[in-house]
Amino acid sequence: MHLLSSLKIQQAVYRAISEITFNCDPQVHQALSKAMANEHDEIAKDVLNTILTNHSLSPADKIPLCQDTGTTVVFAELGTDLHITDGSLYEAINNAVRQAQQDCPLRASIVNEALFARHNTLDNTPAIIHTEFTAGHALRLVIAQKGGGAENMSFLQMMSPAASSDDIVSYICDGVLAAGSRPCPPLILGIGIGSNFEGVALLAKKAIFEELGRANPDPRYAELEARIKAELNARGCGVQGLGGNNTVLAVHILQAPCHIASLPVAVNLECHAHRHCEVWL
Amino acid sequence: MSFKTIKLSLPLSPEEILDLHYKDKVLLSGTLYTARDQAHKRLCKILQVGEQLPFDLAQTAIFYCGPSPAAAGKICGGIGPTTSSRMDPFTPTLLHAGLKVMIGKGDRAPATVDAIRAANAIYLIAIGGISAVLSRCIVSCETFLWPELGAEAVYKMQLKDFPCYVGI
Repeated sequence: MHLLSSLKIQQAVYRAISEITFNCDPQVHQALSKAMANEHDEIAKDVLNTILTNHSLSPADKIPLCQDTGTTVVFAELGTDLHITDGSLYEAINNAVRQAQQDCPLRASIVNEALFARHNTLDNTPAIIHTEFTAGHALRLVIAQKGGGAENMSFLQMMSPAASSDDIVSYICDGVLAAGSRPCPPLILGIGIGSNFEGVALLAKKAIFEELGRANPDPRYAELEARIKAELNARGCGVQGLGGNNTVLAVHILQAPCHIASLPVAVNLECHAHRHCEVWL
Repeated sequence: MSFKTIKLSLPLSPEEILDLHYKDKVLLSGTLYTARDQAHKRLCKILQVGEQLPFDLAQTAIFYCGPSPAAAGKICGGIGPTTSSRMDPFTPTLLHAGLKVMIGKGDRAPATVDAIRAANAIYLIAIGGISAVLSRCIVSCETFLWPELGAEAVYKMQLKDFPCYVGI
């Protein structure tokens, strides 16, 4: 049995949040540079150029990449041979969120309940944490800041099991185009296919944090990813809805088994700021 | 460059607004106020009971923005637009009270587009996810109304060459 102190987790999460708040993922920067090189529209080029400038100004000026510093989302994979001492994983993560909110500083964007009071918790807690158990004695954390604009435009449908891949492509493309500029394109699409109602949403969220632009290992899904990307980039929403041929940077699908009566599809949209990182402890 | 870039200062004259066209780039200077969902609710409530707002809507702009907090020694934190369509239900009331310039992100409902056009007002699109670039265009920033709302408070900001694009 290996031991890991919760303070170590807290420090690692704190460092991760401080890093992703100001420093753009180099793969995102590269994908946006590539988008700029192939962009046809002059205004979209102008905007892409400003986004790339922002990537260098943000760490230099210590101003967050985006003022919506988001909900902190964490995927934790906890080895069954690992024991956390001096506190819980959830406490460690929320302490880190609280501390980062003060020090970065991050925008306090979380309210205590959705419907009635909507009192701001003032420290960005609670984080949204998903935990899975794995073999071994490591803790893997995927840490992300998820902005509200893109999250609000995400969508889910329990489709008919008779639906074809064409039906799914239409459903996804129509949904993304209806969102227009609200989710801050160019986007990363996380798509879940299969599982059940809650499972498919989680697949879609997880898919966002796959390696940017990776092709699905199953060639049938890789083709579907490529089709969705090509169709969306041909249909003219473009960077920030101002037109051009770069509505999406990447499309990632994750799939899972499901009930004979079901074909769940979920699409989680991610803005171009795509603030995320991976930590191993 | 195939698009026009125009430098303008608030307040905009009716002629200046009339001269703007969809997708023109505007570098905007002058004083404006931020307002998101909660501030819109409160502003409209004041107008609905027949009272005066503490600033003249006709002489300024409303920016749909909840900035991130300023670090010690900085003028402001991260600056950027939020989704404008959430403000659609409140927009006709503010237009009726004299509002001419709105800045935000994303499409407006067809009824809002009509209301903006009928009022000879203008909707400017600011770019999301470029907070550091936009914060360099902020000359001053102070909490103006309702500090208890945090990021959703009304902030008074002075802009210098703030980049945006004509949306409506």
